[in-house]
Amino acid sequence: MVDIANHIAAHAVKLARVAVVSAYPITPQTQVIEEISALIEAGEMDCEYIPVESEHSAMAALIGAAAVGVRAFSATSAHGLAYMHELLHWAAGIRLPMVMVNVNRAMGPGWNIWCDHQDAISQRDTGWIQLYCAGHQEIADTVIQAFRISEDPRVILPVMVNYDAFVLSHSYMQADLPGQEEVDRFLPPFRSAWRLDLDNPLTHGSVIYPNDYEEVRLSMQQAHERAREVIAEAAEEYRRIIGRFHGALVEAYRMEDAEYALVAMGSLAAEARVAVDALREEGLAAGLVRVRSYRPFPGEELAGLLDVLKGVLVIDRDISFGMEGALYSDTKAALYGKSQVPVFNAITGLGGRDVPYTVMMEEMRRVAEGKRREAVSWPTIRFNDHHRASREGMSRCG
Amino acid sequence: MRLRDFPEEELFLKGSAACAGCPGSMALRVAFKALGRNTLLVVIASCTSVLQSPFPYSALGVPVLNMAFATGGATGAGVAAAVDYLVKKGALQERPNVLVWAGDGGTYDIGIQALSGAAERGDDFIYVCYNNEAYSNTGTQRSGATPYAAWTSNTITGKREWRKDVAQIMVAHDLPYVATASLAYPTDFFNKMRKAASIRGTKYIEMLAPCPPGWKFPSDSTVKVSRLAVQTGVWLLFEHEDGRTNYTAGTRRIIEGQAELVPVVEYLRAQGRFRHLFRDGEEDERVREYQERIDRVFDNLRFASRLRERLMDLEIRG
Repeated sequence: MVDIANHIAAHAVKLARVAVVSAYPITPQTQVIEEISALIEAGEMDCEYIPVESEHSAMAALIGAAAVGVRAFSATSAHGLAYMHELLHWAAGIRLPMVMVNVNRAMGPGWNIWCDHQDAISQRDTGWIQLYCAGHQEIADTVIQAFRISEDPRVILPVMVNYDAFVLSHSYMQADLPGQEEVDRFLPPFRSAWRLDLDNPLTHGSVIYPNDYEEVRLSMQQAHERAREVIAEAAEEYRRIIGRFHGALVEAYRMEDAEYALVAMGSLAAEARVAVDALREEGLAAGLVRVRSYRPFPGEELAGLLDVLKGVLVIDRDISFGMEGALYSDTKAALYGKSQVPVFNAITGLGGRDVPYTVMMEEMRRVAEGKRREAVSWPTIRFNDHHRASREGMSRCG
Repeated sequence: MRLRDFPEEELFLKGSAACAGCPGSMALRVAFKALGRNTLLVVIASCTSVLQSPFPYSALGVPVLNMAFATGGATGAGVAAAVDYLVKKGALQERPNVLVWAGDGGTYDIGIQALSGAAERGDDFIYVCYNNEAYSNTGTQRSGATPYAAWTSNTITGKREWRKDVAQIMVAHDLPYVATASLAYPTDFFNKMRKAASIRGTKYIEMLAPCPPGWKFPSDSTVKVSRLAVQTGVWLLFEHEDGRTNYTAGTRRIIEGQAELVPVVEYLRAQGRFRHLFRDGEEDERVREYQERIDRVFDNLRFASRLRERLMDLEIRG
């Protein structure tokens, strides 16, 4: 089908035979839930749909549904995701499988509906698995894979499938949807670690004292550790049954003989391929590592690909204020004690700002030429008179 | 249904962590007797999160999902939707009762949006608010349900505002069933729970839950204070179905003239949270305000009751 990514995601949800969808509209996610409700109305999708009154309630309803023992899905973005924050912790902490699409959008203020990754990165430590897609086909395939990963007995954690606002969510591209029979072979019927069971009435999520709490948190961490192999297995099984592969925890591009590498997530990583190809034509041995799974973080994979290089540039579409790009920190941590490769950070593309591949090339060239002094750059910053006036106003305050 | 006819099976088990005289645990006990084992329970952050006992123990004999504070209506919606899906698929033979159990903080304040959303959508579950008129679990801070002039730990000279009335807000949502209940009238509560279970859609029942440590009365007086609340007219017992409100039990008897309104001062004096209204042997102005308000309410209720009787009489004769 040729369609916008939001519709493609909805059709993937249908193929996953989801039982309960609960969602609240927010730009740029809206067409996901519009398409699902239309599929239900048309009798093409057999599913309960709860048009909740907020994202906080969307996630609460999803937890309630999954606790009864059915497959549950939601979709959101930015402020909606932030509004769910408390219940993201709850869903992961009480160990329920479920899948949610998050269309990556900037956080306000000022109001900005365009793409960056600040929304999802801000939810990094909730216990959710976070996958990032770089194209329409990958979105269709990853949504289906996400249910299998989430429900795997080694994992039993919620999975967030991230893709970029507008660049992907609203753009029309070709994507092939697998047949229902193939999906049924890939994705077993819903499984979970527990459910509200009338024959075995247990109490879930109750008060837990210091004597028992750390063990619960460790079990979540161990589930994330195991999720690494489960994500890789799901990608392999998908290739075997359905015939497509987008990488496991990471996707490497022209890394075989690379001396320098870009590290990125989402649609910027697709654009980075163009930069890599162009740099190669200039004679610079560049490659790209695209992070598909941000949590669990592919530390070993990154270390294995980057440790012998001469330079690495991490592109962050987010900023951990008071520190640096989040992907940059994590990449350095993965290399710590294993490699002396210099690692640099470009923070760019915030709030939907265009990032031409030439910017990535220039940043990479500066790394390769050894001219770069600063660890972190903001290469697409351009101040105009309005920005200067605002700064002046702030400096006068008080 | 008489008290002695209640099912003997206890689903509120021994060894809970409730305070002595806890109204929440008494209400749960009756609710479980009314609904039975075929019940899925959602407990919203409240005293019940604690009184059920900490991991790995539980005093609750049905499957329980503990949930965050603001989520009662939405979690009920999700559980109900999944149950409906499983019934449709034949995976569940009989539809279990879905019971959401929340306090007044979780209902009047932080959870009212989720409750209102579920009520507007008509999601199929019973929502019980056990209203102890404060955030008792965190040390008795004021809530939207705290009554006028009551001491709480952050209204130390008495709350300056009258409470809101979520049961009436639920009536305004045009729910198929809204009722209030009292621990002093357990058969009334039991019958209301049973009726709620027989109706599809969102059902709201609010139980006044006098809290001994929060309201400052002896722990053996929970039922006595509950009864005084009805007898003085502070708490009205009713059920609202098919667009019509019927008053029940003690409240009905007062409206129909079979019982006198007890002066509100008896209710207020029974609780330490109103002690500041009776300093130095004098009654604070606010006691009079209470009585006037109650008298006004009952004047209207009696008038409406007589008017209805007359009209029905005319209809029969006409």
